[in-house]
Amino acid sequence: MSDVRREELLISVIADMLQDLNHVAVGALSPIPGAAALLARARSNGRLRVSLLGSQTHNPFTDGGKELFDCAAQGRIDAFFLSGGQIDGQANINLVGVGDYPSLDVRWNGSFGSTYLYFLIPRVILFREEHTPRVFVPEVDFISAPGVSEAGTYRTGGPHALVTGRCVFSFDKEQRRFRLASLHEGESVDSIREMTGFTFDHSEDVPATSLPDKDSLNLLRGRVADEIAETYPEFASRVFG
Amino acid sequence: MRLPETTTPAEGVVAGSTVDYSPPMTQTLTIEQIADAIPDGSLIAIPPDYSGCAMAAVRALIRRQARDLRLVGVPSGGFQADMMIGADCVQSVEAAAMTLGEYGAAPQFVAAFKSGELVMRDATCPAIHAGLQAAEKGIPFLPLRGLIGSDILAHRPDWKLMDNPFSETEDKLVALPAIRPDVALFHAAKADRNGNVWIGVRRELMLMAHAARQTLVTVEEIVDEDLLADPVIAAGTIPGLYITGIAVAQNGAWPVGLPGCYPPDHSHLADYAAMARTEDGFADYLQRHIMPVPAAA
Repeated sequence: MSDVRREELLISVIADMLQDLNHVAVGALSPIPGAAALLARARSNGRLRVSLLGSQTHNPFTDGGKELFDCAAQGRIDAFFLSGGQIDGQANINLVGVGDYPSLDVRWNGSFGSTYLYFLIPRVILFREEHTPRVFVPEVDFISAPGVSEAGTYRTGGPHALVTGRCVFSFDKEQRRFRLASLHEGESVDSIREMTGFTFDHSEDVPATSLPDKDSLNLLRGRVADEIAETYPEFASRVFG
Repeated sequence: MRLPETTTPAEGVVAGSTVDYSPPMTQTLTIEQIADAIPDGSLIAIPPDYSGCAMAAVRALIRRQARDLRLVGVPSGGFQADMMIGADCVQSVEAAAMTLGEYGAAPQFVAAFKSGELVMRDATCPAIHAGLQAAEKGIPFLPLRGLIGSDILAHRPDWKLMDNPFSETEDKLVALPAIRPDVALFHAAKADRNGNVWIGVRRELMLMAHAARQTLVTVEEIVDEDLLADPVIAAGTIPGLYITGIAVAQNGAWPVGLPGCYPPDHSHLADYAAMARTEDGFADYLQRHIMPVPAAA
């Protein structure tokens, strides 16, 4: 993988999860998920619709800040991205802070739309590049949005996968647990276990994370690099030159 | 409604216009009069940094030493909220998040939150929108999906679980109480002499104006044309019937910028984010960039 950058690997992994969909939305301050959605669109022959918040040219919404949420509640959005300052083994996410709310030791920005969208978008991909025990904890200090809900709670959406700087987990909604799906170069089940605060399932032989093929890399470094630069110029120049 | 006595009604109407709004007509104000029209303790709806922020009016509010303001971020708060918090103008914030975006955490918010001086009512974006939509419909609440099982809901005793009255099986929703701001405060590109305000695609500003008891707006310019005359422009225009007062503030969204008009002043925003990390730095920012009264336009 000598000539594939870490960011390009992550973009490619996420894009592979979006291939068969109709509409992917991407929140603010999300250059890697944004580039992944644009790569998936470039490979879909124009079938995939991408809505990038913060973009002038790739943002179709005309009804104000509420429209994304109304779209999600109607089932008009197939995939979205969430992250967390903490994420636990049941896929609960915490965007509020560390400590006993409200007297927190560390205060983060807040939950934004996660408390809603996690319930209503079928394929929510959790993305957090920092893979350490302080991020992936046994139990979050504050549930901005729960990974799973009690039977009877209206829920058409939820966690699909967790992509990190070290590996990819899939999420099993029945077992309420993550399962190690693939390892990035240089990682092993043991190294993941050491850096992960929650327990997870895995097979005997965990595959390596697939590298982007030549066509995807060409699309990524050409058309997608140009498209993402409109919203994230510094990211585009740092990663794609 | 509390307006200063020195205001004068908007001058004249466009020749040939027969538009006649029911009184009171929109008032033409100065920036300082906008600040004076917002009493201490007001519930104020403000837009996020990427919409239309009335930064010049916020600086005037800080200069008049406004106190105990209750901010509602629609749906989040950014630089203007952080500045008002740092200047001791704010008693509480309701928002889905407080952030300076790519410049990181909102440092004065974090400091006030951790000291316990500031009441934070953590919300989620669609809950703020639903509260304002209930207000614009004149109804007490709107129900929403999602939220159940979150600690956001657990810490909001004012949000109530309710049964879907149309379902034969058990189906819970969360009822969000109406949010009726005393004031909606924002900045837009232009208004006309009838008090109509063009906001283009930023329709959360429309929602804020519909929901609030009074709406105070700063604009880049007041134009002679009737913004309701051409349906292409009218579609992105808030009718003057919702607008209480308008002040002209050229570059009034500086430093956060006004989409479609001028970009954020990135180096200034980075300076603020760095200076606001300490009390001395914030005090320095206040003295340099907020307290000096700008020359009259």
